[in-house]
Amino acid sequence: MTEMSKIDSRALLAQVTEFLWAEADLLDRKDYDVWLDLWQGTGFYTLPIGDTEDFANALNLCHDDAKMRRDRIVRFQQGFSISSAPPAQTVRTVSRIVIEKAEGDVITVRSAEHVVEDKFGRQRLWAANMTHTLIATDGGFRIRNKVVRLLNSDGMLNSFSYLF
Amino acid sequence: MSLDMPKFSDLDALYSPDAKVATSMYEDPELFKLEMDKIFRNTWVWVAHDSEFPEKGSFKLSHVGLEPVIVVRDRKGVIHVMLNRCRHRAATVCEVKKGKTSSFQCPYHGWGYGLDGSLRALPYPEQYGDDFNKEQHGLQRLRTESYQGMVFATFNEDAEPLVDFLGPEVCRYIDLFMKQGGGFPVKVLGEHQFSVPMNWKVQLENTTDAYHFPVVHKSFMQSLDGETEEIFRFLETGKGFVEDLGNGHSVMAMIPELIDLDENLDAPIPERFTELAQELRDEGYPEDQVKKIVRAVGGAGFNLNLFPNVSFSLAFFRVLTPVSVEKTDIRHIAIGMDGGPAAANQMRLRLHEHFQGPMGFGSPDDAEVWERVQRGTKGGETLPILVNRGIVDEVPGALGPRGHVSAETGMRAAYKMWKRMMSQ
Ligand code: FES
Ligand SMILES: [Fe+2]
Repeated sequence: MTEMSKIDSRALLAQVTEFLWAEADLLDRKDYDVWLDLWQGTGFYTLPIGDTEDFANALNLCHDDAKMRRDRIVRFQQGFSISSAPPAQTVRTVSRIVIEKAEGDVITVRSAEHVVEDKFGRQRLWAANMTHTLIATDGGFRIRNKVVRLLNSDGMLNSFSYLF
Repeated sequence: MSLDMPKFSDLDALYSPDAKVATSMYEDPELFKLEMDKIFRNTWVWVAHDSEFPEKGSFKLSHVGLEPVIVVRDRKGVIHVMLNRCRHRAATVCEVKKGKTSSFQCPYHGWGYGLDGSLRALPYPEQYGDDFNKEQHGLQRLRTESYQGMVFATFNEDAEPLVDFLGPEVCRYIDLFMKQGGGFPVKVLGEHQFSVPMNWKVQLENTTDAYHFPVVHKSFMQSLDGETEEIFRFLETGKGFVEDLGNGHSVMAMIPELIDLDENLDAPIPERFTELAQELRDEGYPEDQVKKIVRAVGGAGFNLNLFPNVSFSLAFFRVLTPVSVEKTDIRHIAIGMDGGPAAANQMRLRLHEHFQGPMGFGSPDDAEVWERVQRGTKGGETLPILVNRGIVDEVPGALGPRGHVSAETGMRAAYKMWKRMMSQ
């Protein structure tokens, strides 16, 4: 790697990190309308079960296209869903960010996410490996795909009233 | 101390003849222990579906009540259910949830068991002396029987045959339910698992509770297209029913026109399935098969609830596993068409994800209200829990009473069986 591209990749890592942190902040604050705007229409928000890559033909925890993402947010916001009115509060950190691939304007980023949720005076801890496929645009990054693999996705979970 | 403590000798105080449930039914750890013994060790408990361990040597882990079991198909294709507990010093012999093997070897001292549970070999057997009998040291086997691919097991050697326990009406409804294979065998496609801080009977009640649907699942209803939402307004149309099918089992028919998926095949294809229908036509499926598959994709119009742990619920299997008096594990098992068109199975998977599981638009709200029940019963020890809804206009059905779709007839069926088993 040349000096120049090292600087480039450091700069890219800094930009991507800033983006993932901003996204994490939106999700903890449940600022979902802004979160929806981060997406570039066609991709999927997926929480798979186990290590499958073939999400379409597998059962996932969720596998949301643009419509399902919107419907999910509407459900959270309308106040008719007893589990999300009020929802659990969350505090998350995103770290161990690795840029796996950067080709043209498509960047694949891996990261670690820890979420602590609090509800009914009870806290639970979730850990996940995330992969974002980001598109660099003039207006900043957009999310094309986001895959969140909970460490215990194929184990006994609880219900979630928030997003990872 | 005997388990039959005088405390529980008055079963009428726990479930009264006028359909009131005592608060301690959800809360008493001693009662829970007794239930595990008198119910879960005594009757047929669902452990697996055939398609989860399809080949010779395939196995899956499951539970009968609190007890961990292995469900396995041996070389001759015979299904065995046996305790996951080494006969030496009790280590589990398998911790892989699903897989394929030729034997089970205990990791502690190496005792090796065959697929039928028999003890094959152990290291340095001399130290047990000459009269050590391997035949008496196989994994403990449970009686195992299945119906329509649904595998049940019991510790009770004297239990009646499975089909008698299910009875003719349940068998008829299972046959109807399996029609959602759309002409293909039904196959398990995956499962959602979540644990809820509630007594197992809260779940048992809920599988036969249509009354909660428009309240708890309002946010799900609102995410549907108009035509589909109409279907789920079954309380308003009131054409459905709940019927006690004997032995604690019941059926809740929410959408009677979808009880038999082979009927009304010429009804117009609902809007939400038109795209799928076209895809199947393009793939070369003849029109009558297209109609059959499309009709099957949405599932059956009823919940068939079996005592004590499994429900055939519209389009999936719902399984409960008691963990402790205030904790129950739930599995929502997605099913599809074995060898059927990928597009149809994908649609079934997306429909399942839409409602079920930890991130569904339905299950989290169910889990919330179940937990609320458990939290609520911390107060008012002497207040009854009412399951008497709909008694007023019940009519006789084939094997038991039949009530309004929102009646608590199915819960009463389950509690009647609960009482029968607890009194034995
Ligand atoms: S506990 Fe299994 S071999 Fe000793
Ligand atoms: Fe429900």
